Amino acid sequence: MAYVFFGYFAAMITITSILVVVLRNPVYSTLSLLVMFFHVAGLYITLHAEFLAAVQIIVYAGAIVVLYLFVVMLLNVNRDDRYHSQSRIAVFVSIPLAIEFLVLLSGGMGAARRDPAAMAVDAQTSDNTLTIGKALYSTYLFSFEVASLILLAAMIGAILLAKPHIGKHEDKDMPQAPGAQ
Amino acid sequence: MSVPVFYYVILSAIVFLTGVVGVLIRRNIIAILLSIELMLNATNINFVAFSDHLQVIGGQVFVFFALTVAAAEVAIGLAIIIALHRSKSTINVEAFNLLKW
Repeated sequence: MAYVFFGYFAAMITITSILVVVLRNPVYSTLSLLVMFFHVAGLYITLHAEFLAAVQIIVYAGAIVVLYLFVVMLLNVNRDDRYHSQSRIAVFVSIPLAIEFLVLLSGGMGAARRDPAAMAVDAQTSDNTLTIGKALYSTYLFSFEVASLILLAAMIGAILLAKPHIGKHEDKDMPQAPGAQ
Repeated sequence: MSVPVFYYVILSAIVFLTGVVGVLIRRNIIAILLSIELMLNATNINFVAFSDHLQVIGGQVFVFFALTVAAAEVAIGLAIIIALHRSKSTINVEAFNLLKW
């Protein structure tokens, strides 16, 4: 049964992620990414990470995809763009990745199949959200505060970047001052 | 009978490679950002799969942080795209070569 669910989610994730890259229209790419996010959330549920599945749907499918669609429709980029040919960089990047993938396919079988070590937190039996909350507010408290700082900096940076002519505001006001004409 | 973690690693590798190929071959900046989202999701799948396999909650907490960084990256990236589109009225990456070596 677990294999059926995994097979369905894995097939859909693979197909939709390839569609994100292949489709030319950015709106279709974004919608395909939305379908992929939902299936990743389903995969999280089969992995006993219910809180992360909810967060995945709320943050990714709810906020990030809407932001993408907003920008795509704001900029109106429906032009048919051809693919990029960056053969040198592609060779440099893809050869190590291909080797890594082959190593994974050949050697990963035995290494990854060790018994699950029953460690401190049993994520399956207890409440998943409760466990994450306890870990987040005790062990990872400092990282949690840093994450809030990252969000604050990103918010300020996004406002500054997207605001038009923020440096020229004073220059535009200067000629209007008395004595300029 | 649970699915071995090896399958999840393979799935994550496939999605990550798709993201890398997307970053390399697309010329639309929005498509490049979407490919980066693909790569982040591939790593998240890995984290959650190993968190379930090893019964450690730290993997799921780390996915939480990765999600925070992804949200920040999307906000900044889309703001940069809007600023670029305002200055050159295109978002084709070949039009932006000011910092190319």
